[in-house]
Amino acid sequence: MIAHSVFFYIFSLIAIVSAVMVTVSKNTVHSVFFLILDFISISCLFIMIGAEFLGMIMLIVYVGAVAVLFLFVVMMLNVAEQKGQWFSSRWDGGTHIPVGLLVSLIIFFELIIVIGGWKYKPDLLNSLSINISTEVTNTRSIGNVLYTDYIHLFQISGMILLVAMIGAIVLTYRERVGVKRQSYVKQISRERDEGVDLVEAEKNKGVKIDA
Amino acid sequence: MLSIGLGHYLTLAAIIFTIGVVGIFLNRKNVIVILMSIELILLAVNINLVAFSIFINDLSGQIFTLFILTVAAAEAAIGLAIIVVYFRNSDTIRVEEIKNLKG
Repeated sequence: MIAHSVFFYIFSLIAIVSAVMVTVSKNTVHSVFFLILDFISISCLFIMIGAEFLGMIMLIVYVGAVAVLFLFVVMMLNVAEQKGQWFSSRWDGGTHIPVGLLVSLIIFFELIIVIGGWKYKPDLLNSLSINISTEVTNTRSIGNVLYTDYIHLFQISGMILLVAMIGAIVLTYRERVGVKRQSYVKQISRERDEGVDLVEAEKNKGVKIDA
Repeated sequence: MLSIGLGHYLTLAAIIFTIGVVGIFLNRKNVIVILMSIELILLAVNINLVAFSIFINDLSGQIFTLFILTVAAAEAAIGLAIIVVYFRNSDTIRVEEIKNLKG
């Protein structure tokens, strides 16, 4: 129990500090790396609390795909260095800083008040549908539910990913001029008449191709 | 203090959520950092869902976290594509210079 608490505090401290660093880093590449650190520590928390499958999926999806995508874009756009002051603005001279901090503080205290004062609804525990069983593994129980009760949502999320993929490709596609590419239609629809030219060859004269 | 309960996880999620909101409010330099703040906010939501799911012993929260993960990945892909296209068209992604909509 002690070890659990100690590891909870360590990982959550790392998560909070790296979340702050994501926001305040001057270099965007450092921001991305702190984002990766944040995801890693949160997935460690997930694994500790007993949601192993989600922790591993977080590692794969966020660290392996999303964060690397961010890194690619940051390096591709060459915007890594943020020049000048941290949050200062050329237009309003930084008056948005106190307002932003105030609104965020209000949001934070609202959240804390909610956390301090909430209770379960009395009939909540009766309305639970999917109990976590201790006999099968976390992955197996998620799979049991995901492919049966939630199959339509699962397929819709696949559609969402497909639409996102198509959207990203369509958005970033651009026609380049002066690039020679294959035209599959042209290749496949070639007929014998265009491809082969039969010439009457005279003896000892050879064939003039460019006739 | 020593035994970790639901409140600890909710507080952690609240702190990370607030940091994400601060990142969106204060950033005037870089749209990519704003996208990363959105990822932080979604992460905080995921922490809440998983913590509730474990502590009231119901698997639905973890299923929903899975779907949020999917949508977050799609959102990051589309957002980054939009940023790339914008950078190609106007050579900057500084937040204070993106004012075509006069917002």
